[in-house]
Formats: sequence, C-alpha cells, structure tokens
Amino acid sequence: MDFNFNQEQQQFADALRRWVDKDYRFETRQAIIHSATGTSDAAWATLAELGMTALPLPAGAGGFDGTAVDMLLVMQELGRGLVVEPYLATVLGARFLTLAGGHDGVLEQVAGGSLKLACALGEQQSRHDLHDIATTATASGDGFVLDGVKTVVLHGAQAGALIVSARSGGRQDGTDGISLFLVPADAPGVTVRDYRTIDGQRAATVTLVQVVLGHEALIGQAGQGWPVLDAALDYGATLLCAEAVGAMDAIFAATLEYLKTRQQFGAPIGKFQALQHRMADMFIHLEQARSMAMLAAAKADSNDVAERRRTVSAAKARVGLAATFVGQQAVQLHGGMGVTDELPAAHHFKRLSMIALTLGDVEHHIERFIAQPGFLPTETA
Amino acid sequence: MDLHYTAGETAFRDTVRAFLDSHLPADLQRKVRQHLRLTKDDYVRWHKIVAQQGWAAPAWPVEYGGTGWTAVQRHIWEDECARAATPPILPFGVNMVAPVIMAFANAEQKAYYLPRILNCDDWWCQGYSEPGAGSDLASLKTTAERDGDHYIVNGQKTWTTLGQHADMIFCLVRTDSTVRKQEGISFLLIDMKTPGITVRPIIMLDEEHEVNEVFFDNVRVPVSNLVGQENKGWTYAKYLLGHERTGIAAVGRSQRELTFLKQLAMRQNKRGAPLLHDPAFAAKVAHLEIELMALEMTVLRVISEEGKGPGPQASMLKVRGSELQQQLTELMVEAIGPQALPFDPDFLDGSAPHSSAGDDLAAPLAAYYFNYRKTSIYGGSNEIQKNIITQMILGL
Repeated sequence: MDFNFNQEQQQFADALRRWVDKDYRFETRQAIIHSATGTSDAAWATLAELGMTALPLPAGAGGFDGTAVDMLLVMQELGRGLVVEPYLATVLGARFLTLAGGHDGVLEQVAGGSLKLACALGEQQSRHDLHDIATTATASGDGFVLDGVKTVVLHGAQAGALIVSARSGGRQDGTDGISLFLVPADAPGVTVRDYRTIDGQRAATVTLVQVVLGHEALIGQAGQGWPVLDAALDYGATLLCAEAVGAMDAIFAATLEYLKTRQQFGAPIGKFQALQHRMADMFIHLEQARSMAMLAAAKADSNDVAERRRTVSAAKARVGLAATFVGQQAVQLHGGMGVTDELPAAHHFKRLSMIALTLGDVEHHIERFIAQPGFLPTETA
Repeated sequence: MDLHYTAGETAFRDTVRAFLDSHLPADLQRKVRQHLRLTKDDYVRWHKIVAQQGWAAPAWPVEYGGTGWTAVQRHIWEDECARAATPPILPFGVNMVAPVIMAFANAEQKAYYLPRILNCDDWWCQGYSEPGAGSDLASLKTTAERDGDHYIVNGQKTWTTLGQHADMIFCLVRTDSTVRKQEGISFLLIDMKTPGITVRPIIMLDEEHEVNEVFFDNVRVPVSNLVGQENKGWTYAKYLLGHERTGIAAVGRSQRELTFLKQLAMRQNKRGAPLLHDPAFAAKVAHLEIELMALEMTVLRVISEEGKGPGPQASMLKVRGSELQQQLTELMVEAIGPQALPFDPDFLDGSAPHSSAGDDLAAPLAAYYFNYRKTSIYGGSNEIQKNIITQMILGL
C-alpha cells in the first residue's frame, strides 16, 4: 500500500501550483470573474500548455491517459487556487466521449486545448437525479431531433460543444431510454443564456428547440446512455472531491494563519481554547475528507461498478459534510472579515458550499450508498 | 499511489486467518461477539495461545520475542483479530510497561520481566492516575521516600483497570517534591502482594468491576525495582503514552460492530419491515459506515509512514475512533428500543446461560453503551487530544 504520488504526478501538480501562485492570484481571478466572459483565454492557453487538457484524455487522441489519481492532484491545485476556468466541465465532457468510444477528432481538439466542452444534464425537476430527463430525442430520418431545457449547465456558454442527455424512450425518471448527444454550441435551435454563479464560475440555461442532429452526434448507443452517464457522474464527483480538498487546504491554512496573527484581549486569538478545538475539529474533518478523496480517486476508474458507486458516493457525502463544516467554521473564525468579499477564504467557502451541492449532495449520496449491494448484511446474527 | 495490499500482505492475511480459524476458542469468540464480560481466565487463556504462536507482542524487536512484522502486517493482525472477535491482548504489559523496560531498564530487569510479560506470567496494571492527577498527570502526589535499599511508597492511584487481578503494577511516584513537578517523578515496578497495598473496587455505571483504587500505606519496594534513573520517570511516562495511543482507533473492531448493528437492525421490525429498511435509521448507519471507511483510510495513511513512530496524528485517530465506537453503541441501543431496559448481570458475566428478558443479543447492549462512554475519556480525554493536535500539528 502506497499513499505517495509519483514524480510525474508531483511535477504536474507543482507546475500548476507555480502558475496559480504567479499568474492566477486572487486579484487576477476577481478581475476574470467580473470580465464579460467570466473566463480567461490566456489562462486556458496556459492550462493547455501545461498539459492539463491532455492529461486525462486517451493517448489515441493525443492525451496522456491520466488516471483519476493523476487528476486528484490537478483538481486539488485548482481548488486551492480557486481557478474558475471551464476545466472541470471540459474534462467531464471528455470523459463521456472516452467512456462511450468514438468522437476521436473531438477528443483531439480537447486535448490540444482548442475545444471546451460542457455537460447539459440537469433539468428544473431533476434535482440530483440526473436520470430524470424530460428533454426528448425523437428519431428522425438518419438522426434525432432534440427538445428541452437544461438548467445550471456549468460553463455552458464558454463551450464549443455540449454533452446533452435526452430521452429517446422509457419513463421520465427511469434509467432506460436515455441517449447522450454531442451538440455543437452553435447548432440551430440551441439557445444558451449565460450567467454568473454565486461562487464566481459561469453557468447557463440551455434551451433546445427542434435541434436536428445527425446520427454521428450520438454518444454510445441510443437508449443505452445510463451506464455512461452514471460512470461519468462518478468521475465528476471524484474530481469535485479533490477540488474540495484543495479548497479546504487553502481555507484551513488561511484560518490558521489568521488565528496566529489576529490579536484580541492582548493575545493571538489562536491562544483561546474554544477556537483551538474548533481548528482541531476542522483538521479532523479535512483529513477524513482527504482520505475519502484518495479512496474515490483509486476507485473511480474501476470496472467493478457497485464498488465504484459505493466508494464515490461515500466520498462525495463525506467530503460534502467536511466542505460545509470547514467552510462555515473558517468564516466564523475570521470574524467580521470572514463575511467580506475581499477575503479569499470567503470565496473558498462559497466554492466549497457549491461543490457540496453539485453532482449530488450529502443526502443524495447517502441514499445511493444505502442502495448499493454491500450495505445490507448478507448473514444474519 | 496504490491502495492495494501487496501479494505478500494478502498472503500474510491468509496465514493470520488460518491461525485464528483453528486456534480461537469458540466460547471466547461468542463472548466477545455478543458483548458478554470476560474473566481473567479468558484473557490469560487467549494470551497464552497467541504467545505459543509467537505473536503476543508483534511490535517488539525480534530479540525480545517480537515478530519483525511491518507496520502494515501488525495492522492486518489487529484487524483480523478484531474481525474474528478475539479477546484483546491487554496492553498494560505488552504495549505499555514493556516498551519502557526495553528502552530504559537495566539488563537484569529486561531478562526477568520481558519473557514473563510475553507469556502473560504476570498480570500487569497501570499506576498513573490519581484522584487529583488525571489529565494533569504530572501533578501526582504518591511519594516514594528512599530508606536504605528500599523506597517507602505512600499514596493512592485510581482508575486502575483490572487491577483486582494484578500481580504487578507500574507506578509513577514522586521522589523529589522540591523541583518542578515534571522533574521529581520516578518509575517503579511494584509487586501487588507487598504488604500495605489495598485494592478497592470502583463499580462502573454498568455495575461492572473494571477499575479500582489502589492505596499504598508504607509499602516497601526494593530500589532494584526502579526503572532507569531516579527523577527521570516523566520522560519514560511520556514515552509510554506515545505507545498507548497506537491502535486506539480500533477500526477493525468497529467494523465488526457495524456488521453486528446491521444484523441487529435486520432482526428488529419497524411497522412490519426490518428497521434497516427505514430510511432515517439506514441513513444514520450509512453515515457511520462512511466515517469508518474514512478513518480506516486515515489509519492506513498514518501507518504507511512507518518508522516515524506514533506522532500527533494518533490523537486524531483516538478522537475519531472513540467517537465512532460510542456512536455504534448508541445506535445499537436505538435499534433495540425498549428491549434496552432489561438489565441482567448474571447473563452478562456468564452465570446464566440466557437472558431472562428473552433476547440474548439485545440484553448486553445498554450496558455496553453505558460502559463505552469511557472511550472519549481514557487514554487522554478527547479534549486533551485536541489540545495535542492544536499544539503539535497546528502550532497554536
């Protein structure tokens, strides 16, 4: 058993950290957030140069075949640096294509950094159950016609192409009859309404009206999208766990530093036991979350589907609890400064809070964990 | 990063399992699984079986009878013992006084005591805490005054676990009261049969006789029973406490208890369906299971840093380990509901074959719950562990 990262993994992470520290400082990030697009082309070009867009992609498409463990380190650094570029959306989109096979040309563009993707999966009624899909895919000629509305599509307006889930059969909330499509962002009938998210990222409402797609737009098999969707969501949740650990590392370090410097009653406030014990609790939450993020990364690529689901749901739930606890306590310990816009930790808190609600909240993953084989005992007492 | 056990470690686990399958007496296993009370003979019997195999002190150096196992192998051994429901090898001899003897005692003391500890020929107990010295251990008052080639010991120790069975006690005593409180302490090994020693039971809230007060009234202890140097005992005590917290997370045992809890909740009905099918109860169990997964990974992360010794991370393991042990007992009681009310000491101590209230699995659980409130208090309370985390890790 080995918990160390290899030299190559460490080099990727170090390069990323140097870039964040030098070129993606907090002030730079704030300027990017308030720019027209909410993202930075220069930052994206650097991410591509550093190999980040190629890292998780298949070697056949110009990628490095990076594993979820490789991505653990990358996402931790992005979380630490509060990077708002459409990286998660893009690599998650690529994951759909990698899992289903085909679309190698698209993956090559992603690996090279020239194409960004987004995943249009959620709908107004679906909450965390992303198999609840009202968007329809009606067979027509050689292809399909898509109709529906996708909500909170992360970085939907910054993407050149969208991964869209639609229903070509089955009940609205069933897992049968789901089809996945690769939809060019400029396809006729696609409307993307861009907005800012509370944590400084971008999202969009994507409306699909009579969007005509050829058969080549299909990802995997028609009606058989669920296993791909389910596996990709686990991958995404794993990346979010890693990002959260990075954000928690940052907010924890900032809070610790604040406790050592802020003077009240003639002493650094870190001398007060009430605050010390809260820091100890935060530390324990963070280490428990780190352990689970590692475990999820180790299992996210697994072919054992039940084991993958069970582990990722356990991790997402545990990390979600930690993200909320650590974030809230960090703000409280910063006192009035904690609730201001100028404090980076406050932005880590916002990001952590939104991660906890993205791709399944604590309750959703607890329910999913319970539903997996292995929860109910096999023998009787 | 590779979170798999190696082929060698897996083979080692198989060897351990085979040993436990063939050597763990069924009556002992049943008692441990069902939360019944263990007798002195139960503990000694199991210790000697393990000693016969050469595994009673896995962490000791090979020259003293240890195993030469890696930290991961020791973890696997403890894990398998926990899952198989063996009685514990009590820590007072093997894990607490022995490391101090190895590190600081003279050749004669090592040659005499260590083989006896390994084979459980002496039952050891701990003489650390006093009524006025709990978390603030260094403020202890029991004195040892030099009189020729003896010390005259006077004072009182408390919370002496299973001291009613003990042949020997290792004690912290004050040999100099004129210096800083940490500097005048010595480490003495005392024969419990020495005149002037009185053991008084402290009955716990589950009516179990688990701990004691030990009174010393002009007890004459040969100077040859001093370990290391006079007035250096605090150094040895801190060394011992570092060893005490190893393995205190007890993940393996909690995993066994989680399985028990689930089986229990499948036997209980709520409105016609097994309790474990109730979403609210299942969610509590799931939260606990996930916390245990996280703790197991954290333990493995800590022990994978082999050679660095039990560092302050042990405090984190102690806090979470004890909290989860307590939550397990709490959910067991919640699971059985009103069946938690009957109290049956005769069944608990083995003198009655079945619980008079009807359900043998349920009968011990309330006592178990009350007993386990101790885990967040002993071995340095969880608040003290948080102080250690804030000071040693966070530098506050």
